[in-house]
Amino acid sequence: MAALQVKPTRMELSNLKKKKKVAVRGHKLMKDKRDEMVRRFIIYVRRNKELREQVEAKLGEAMQSFVLARASMSNEDIEEALCYPARPAEIEVSSQHVLSVQAPKLELKETGGAIELPYGIATTSAELDGAVKQFSELLPLLIELAEVEKICNRLADEIEKTRRRVNALEYVMIPQFDEAIHTITMKLDENERGNLTRLMKTKDMLANKQ
Amino acid sequence: MANDKHEIAMIGDRDSILLAKAAGLAVFPEADGDGASKRIHRLAREGVKVIFITEPLFAQCGEAIEQYKQESFPAIIPIPDSHGSTGVAMAQIKSNVEKAIGADILFS
Repeated sequence: MAALQVKPTRMELSNLKKKKKVAVRGHKLMKDKRDEMVRRFIIYVRRNKELREQVEAKLGEAMQSFVLARASMSNEDIEEALCYPARPAEIEVSSQHVLSVQAPKLELKETGGAIELPYGIATTSAELDGAVKQFSELLPLLIELAEVEKICNRLADEIEKTRRRVNALEYVMIPQFDEAIHTITMKLDENERGNLTRLMKTKDMLANKQ
Repeated sequence: MANDKHEIAMIGDRDSILLAKAAGLAVFPEADGDGASKRIHRLAREGVKVIFITEPLFAQCGEAIEQYKQESFPAIIPIPDSHGSTGVAMAQIKSNVEKAIGADILFS
């Protein structure tokens, strides 16, 4: 490891000691942050998996009913029934912070009451109604899935970054500081001893002279 | 058809998205990855918050999705199409877990 290039002075030594203190403190904070993020990530990712399984199962059912509906009605009728614009589904969008990670918070606005079908029921089959209803019921789940999945994505990225920082501090920065501090202390001590020997030598020489 | 009120959009093949239309989502039929990528960029510019996209198309326009992954909006979410799930979405969850924790603890 490339050691830090420092001048062996007391000034540098005290600066380095301060820097090391900051690094150690930062390392501890980062580590705590990482641990907490991992804990939350596990909760979110479990929920994510659960939701994803539910959505996949239910969406499969809805699609299946839709296929049945298509079979029981002519293509034109279906196109006609569905090409009327439905009332747009609206969501309440705000952002939330999960440990300084910005993530969207999504909430489906309640349309209130029964699910409305955007078409008349005279020319359409009951299967179509069922399929549309199933899908509409699925919508809140889909929205929650979107929110949770986004949080998971962002958290995973952030955890990776934080882990890199923790490792950089733990295995590069702090050892470097330690090494530099050690070198300076050694150099200063050596100077001290050199000084002392010189003094003793001079004293001896003076004593011999007399 | 994209009016300002739509905050949720869905991209996919015609068969899969008709249903979503009845539920009040803005739907955009796209047949290939190029078209879907362009559509994603356009929707993002328009301020759509959530984009659902069918799994086959999700797999085809990875670049566009990667770009928006780092931002809060839009959330681009893969969903199974009328042929059922291909496992792309689960693989994504799995890769997230591996990235964050280093080992797969959910699926093993």
